[in-house]
Amino acid sequence: MLDTIFFYVFALLTIGGAIATITRRSAMHSALSLIVSLLGVAGLYLLQKAEFLFAVQIVLYIGGIMVLFLFVIMLVNLDQAAKERQFNRQWLLGLVASVLVGAQMVWMLNSAGVLSLPAAVPAPAATGPGNIEALADLLFREYLLPFEVASLLLLVAIVGSVMMAKKTS
Amino acid sequence: MDMLQAILAHPWFTPLLLTALIIGLFPLVAGYIVLVERKVLADMQVRLGPMRVGPHGLLQPIADALKLLLKEDIIPEESDKALFWFAPVISTFTALSAFCVIPFASGVYVADVNVGLLVISAMSSVGILGIVLGGWASNSHYSLLGALRSAAQLVSYEVALALALLSGVMAAGTLSMAGIVRAQQERHIWFIFDNYGLMLIPFVVYVISAVAETNRAPFDLPEAESELVAGFHTEYSGFRWALYFLAEYANIFVVSAVAVTLFLGGWLRPFPNVSWLELPFNYGFPALLFLLIGLGSLRLARKLTWRPHAIGMTGVGLFMILLAGVVLIPPVNAVVSSPFWFLIKVGGFVYLMIWLRGTFPRFRYDQLMNIGWKIMIPVALGAILLNAIVGMLRIS
Amino acid sequence: MLVNFTPPSASEYIRVLPEILLTVGGTILMIAEGLAGERHRRGLAPMALAFLLLALGGAVVAGMDPGPAFNNMLTVDGYATFFRLLVLIVGILSVLISGSYLTRENADSADYYALILFSLCGQSILASANELIMVFIGLEISSIATYVLAGFLRNDKRNNEAAIKYFLLGSFATAFLLYGVGWIYGVTGTTNLQEIHRFLTSSESVYSPLLVSACAAMMFVGFAFKVSAAPFQGWAPDVYQGAPAPVSAFMTAAPKAAAFAVFLRVYSIAFSGLTERWQPILWVSAMATMVIGNFAALRQDNIKRMLAYSSVAHAGYVMVAVVAHSEAGVAAAMFYLASYAFMNLGAFAIVTHYVGKGERYVGIDDMAGYARQQPLIAALFTWFLLSLIGVPLTGGFFGKFYVFKSAIDSNLIWLTVLGLLNSAVAAYYYLRIIVVMYFHEPTNETGAAGPVPAGVRLALIGSAIGVFVLGVMPSAVLEFANRSAMLSR
Repeated sequence: MLDTIFFYVFALLTIGGAIATITRRSAMHSALSLIVSLLGVAGLYLLQKAEFLFAVQIVLYIGGIMVLFLFVIMLVNLDQAAKERQFNRQWLLGLVASVLVGAQMVWMLNSAGVLSLPAAVPAPAATGPGNIEALADLLFREYLLPFEVASLLLLVAIVGSVMMAKKTS
Repeated sequence: MDMLQAILAHPWFTPLLLTALIIGLFPLVAGYIVLVERKVLADMQVRLGPMRVGPHGLLQPIADALKLLLKEDIIPEESDKALFWFAPVISTFTALSAFCVIPFASGVYVADVNVGLLVISAMSSVGILGIVLGGWASNSHYSLLGALRSAAQLVSYEVALALALLSGVMAAGTLSMAGIVRAQQERHIWFIFDNYGLMLIPFVVYVISAVAETNRAPFDLPEAESELVAGFHTEYSGFRWALYFLAEYANIFVVSAVAVTLFLGGWLRPFPNVSWLELPFNYGFPALLFLLIGLGSLRLARKLTWRPHAIGMTGVGLFMILLAGVVLIPPVNAVVSSPFWFLIKVGGFVYLMIWLRGTFPRFRYDQLMNIGWKIMIPVALGAILLNAIVGMLRIS
Repeated sequence: MLVNFTPPSASEYIRVLPEILLTVGGTILMIAEGLAGERHRRGLAPMALAFLLLALGGAVVAGMDPGPAFNNMLTVDGYATFFRLLVLIVGILSVLISGSYLTRENADSADYYALILFSLCGQSILASANELIMVFIGLEISSIATYVLAGFLRNDKRNNEAAIKYFLLGSFATAFLLYGVGWIYGVTGTTNLQEIHRFLTSSESVYSPLLVSACAAMMFVGFAFKVSAAPFQGWAPDVYQGAPAPVSAFMTAAPKAAAFAVFLRVYSIAFSGLTERWQPILWVSAMATMVIGNFAALRQDNIKRMLAYSSVAHAGYVMVAVVAHSEAGVAAAMFYLASYAFMNLGAFAIVTHYVGKGERYVGIDDMAGYARQQPLIAALFTWFLLSLIGVPLTGGFFGKFYVFKSAIDSNLIWLTVLGLLNSAVAAYYYLRIIVVMYFHEPTNETGAAGPVPAGVRLALIGSAIGVFVLGVMPSAVLEFANRSAMLSR
C-alpha cells in the first residue's frame, strides 16, 4: 500500500519533471525540473530495492552532471534565448508524429501482452551478499571487458572535448 | 508498563527518537560549535571572544539565534522568489538527512543501509544545489560569483573526497556505516593505521578535501569576505541565512562523523579489544574529563565579579561534576560510553577544522583548483592503487 | 574473497591484441607529443603508422587462434579478422594521406592520430562483438572519435557544420539503437547474440514476434544511420563534404565497413529467425539508398559532395547483399566493402591532395585539364573512378558481380534489376570527372596542386594495387570471405 503510494509519487515527479523540463522558458528552471525528474527516477530505483543505483543516480546525475549543467547555465548569458520562440514552427507536426508513434507503441505493447503483465514485484530483501556485491561480481567478472572498454569510451570523449575547447593557436 | 515496553521495543522507536533529537538539538549544537569556534579563534589570536551574554559568553548562541529569528526577512526585488525561498531549504534538508545513516553507537542510528556511505555522498552532492541555486536566485553579482566558485570547487573536491573514501571502503569491505565500524572491531585496528600505515594517505586527502567540501578556510573562496562580501549568501538575511548557517555546521559535523567512522574507529574506544583497558577508557577518561571541566568552571566562577555570571558559571561547574559522577554508574556507562567516544572524536575533528581556519591564509582560486585536480585527485588515485595492492597481499 | 574467479586466459588477451595495441598506441601518441614538444610533430604520423602496423600484426596473430574471449563478449572468427584487417588497412591509408594535409592546414597534432587509432579500436571491437553491449560501446567509441575528427579544423566553418550535424544526428540514432537493445534484453533476458538467436528460435520460449520486430526496427535505425542507408542517409553528404578530406576518406570506408560488419552479424545471427519480417524493410531501404545516392550524385558540382553521395549509393549496393540474407550475401558484402574501401580511399587521396590549402578547389570544374598537368595521377584517378563504376578488371566490378549474384540466388530479381540500372546511372557522374580531367581546358584558377607528397603517393600505390588485385585475382579474398561468412549461431 505504502509502496504503491510512493510509486505514484515518484512516477509523478519523474513525468512531471520531464514535462516541465521541455516546457519551461528559463534554462535554469528547465534544468531544475530535470533534477526533479531524475530524483523521481532515483526514488523508483529505491522502491525496487536497488539502493546502489539510487545512490549512484543521485551522486552522478544530480551532484555531478546537473551541477555542471547549472554551472554552464550561469556562465552563459541565456537572456536572448529566453526571448526567442520556444518551439520551432513544426511543433504541430512534431506533436502529431510523436502522438502517432506513442499510440503505435502502446498498441504494440498491448498486443504483445506487455501491458497486462502482473505488477512488478520488488526483489526480495537481499539475503547473503547485497546487491552491491552482486553488481560488482557481474561487472568485474562477466562484464569485465565492457567495463574496461567503457573507460576507453570516456577517454575518447575527454580527448574530444578537450580538443574542441582548447584555444586555437 | 507493558505498553512502555512495547513502545521501547518497537523497531521504529530508536529511529524516530533519534530523528527528533537530531532535528531538535542540532540547531543548538551548531550554535555551540560556533561559540567554540569563536572562542578557539579568539584564543589563538590572544583575545577573549564573546564574554557578555552569559558567563564567558555561554548564552551567546541563544542570543544570536533569537536575533536571527526576529530579523526582518529581506527578499531582493529582482530575485527569483521561489528559488530564493527554496534554496536554503535544500541545503539544510540534505545536510540533516545525511545524519540518518551516521551510527552514534552500536545500534544507535536512524537507519543502517548497505549503501550508507554513498547516501552521505549523495546528500552532500545534492547540498551543492542549495548553494548554487541560492547564489543564482539572489540575482546579485557577488552571489552569482560565489555560487559559481562554489559549484566548481565542490564538484572538484567531491571527486578527491570520494576517491579517498574508496580506500577506506576497500579496507572495510562494506558501505554500511555500522558495518565499517564493526569491520574495524573485528580486524582490531582503526583503518587509519591499516595496510601498515598506508591508509594515512587517503585520510590526509580526506581531511583536506573535507575542509574544501564544507567551504571552510583556507578553502572558503565561495564566501570570501574580502572580495565577495559573503559569497552566495550575500543577499540572505534572518531565518533563511540561519538555515544556510545550520547547513554549513551540519556538514562539518557530518564530514567529521564520516572521518571518525571510516578511519578512526567510530564509536569504539581506543584498543576496543583489550578488555583491561575498559576501566580507564570507558570510566576513567570521561569521568576525569567532566571532573576537570567542572573544576575549571568553578575556578573561573570565582574570578567573575558580576554575581549572576558567577552563579551561572558555578552551576555549569557543578553540573559537570555531577555528569562525571553519573558516567561512573555502570548501567549508564554501558549506554553512554560509545556515543561519548564517537562525539569526542567528532569534537576533536571539528577542533582540527577550527584550528586549520585559524592557521592558514586563504588560497587563491587557481591554487585551489590546482591543488584539487593536480594533487588531491592523483594522490587519492595512487592511494587506492597502493592500498588495493597492499590489501590484497595482506589477505593472501 | 576470490571464490570461483578464473582470470581471463592468455589466449583471450591475444584475441583482443589489436584493440590493446591501438589503445596503448593512441595513449602513447598523446603523451609523446606532450613530452617531445611542438617541434617534433613530423614524427607523429610515422609513429601512428608504426602502431597501426603493429595492430595489423596483432589482428593477424589474433586471427590465427579463433575463439570467444572474455565470457563470450567478443568472438574472434574469420569474419572478425577480415573486418579488423580491413579497417586497419583503411586506417593506414588514411594516416598516409593525412600527414601532408595536416601540415598544409597547419594543424598537425597527436590528437588527430590518437583519435584515428581510438576510432579504429572501436571498429575493431565492432568487427568482433558478440554481445549487444559491446556493439553499443564499440559503436560509440568509433563514432565519438569520428565526430571530433569531422570537426578537426575548428577554424573552418564547414568542419564545424559537419561535426555538429554528425554529432547531433548520430547521438539520436545511437539512442534508438540503445533503446532497441534495451527492449531486446527485456524480451529475451540476454544481450548475447547467440543466446538471443537461441531464445527466438526455441519452441519453448514465449515472446511476441511483433515486439522483437520492433526491437529489430529500432536497431535498424541505429545501424542504417551509421552505414548511411536510406532513409537515414541525410547527414552523409553534408558531413563528408564538410569534414577534412582525409577524414572523409576515412569515414566513408572504415566506420562504414565496421558498421556493416556488425549490422550483418546482428541480423544474421540474432534476428535470423525473423527474416521475413525485416527483409521487406531492408529491401525498400536498399532500393531507396541506391536511388537517392546515385540520382543526387548526378547533380553535384562539388567533388567531395559527389563522392559523398556515391558513398551513399555504394552503401545501397551492400544493403542488397544484406537483404539477400545468405552466406553468399555475407561474403559478397565483405568483398564489396573491401574493394570499395580501396577505390574510395584512392579517389579521396587524390582529392585530398588536389583541393589545396583551405580546400579551395573542390569543384568538379577545378579538375579541368588535370590530365595534362599530372598525367599519372589523372590516370590513377580514372582507374579508381572506373572501379567505382564497376568496369571489369577492377575490384568494383567483382564487388557488384558477387553482390548481384547473391541477390539473384536469393530470388531478389527486382532488386537486382534496380541495382543494375542504378549502376548504369552512376557511370554518368563518374565519367563526367574523367571527361573534365582529359578534355577540358585548364582555367587560371586550377593547377595549384604541386607535386604529390610521399605519403599520398604511397597511399595511391597501395589503393591502386588493392583495386587491381581485387579486380584481377578476386578468388583469394573471396575464398577467405566465403570461408568466414558462416557466422556461428
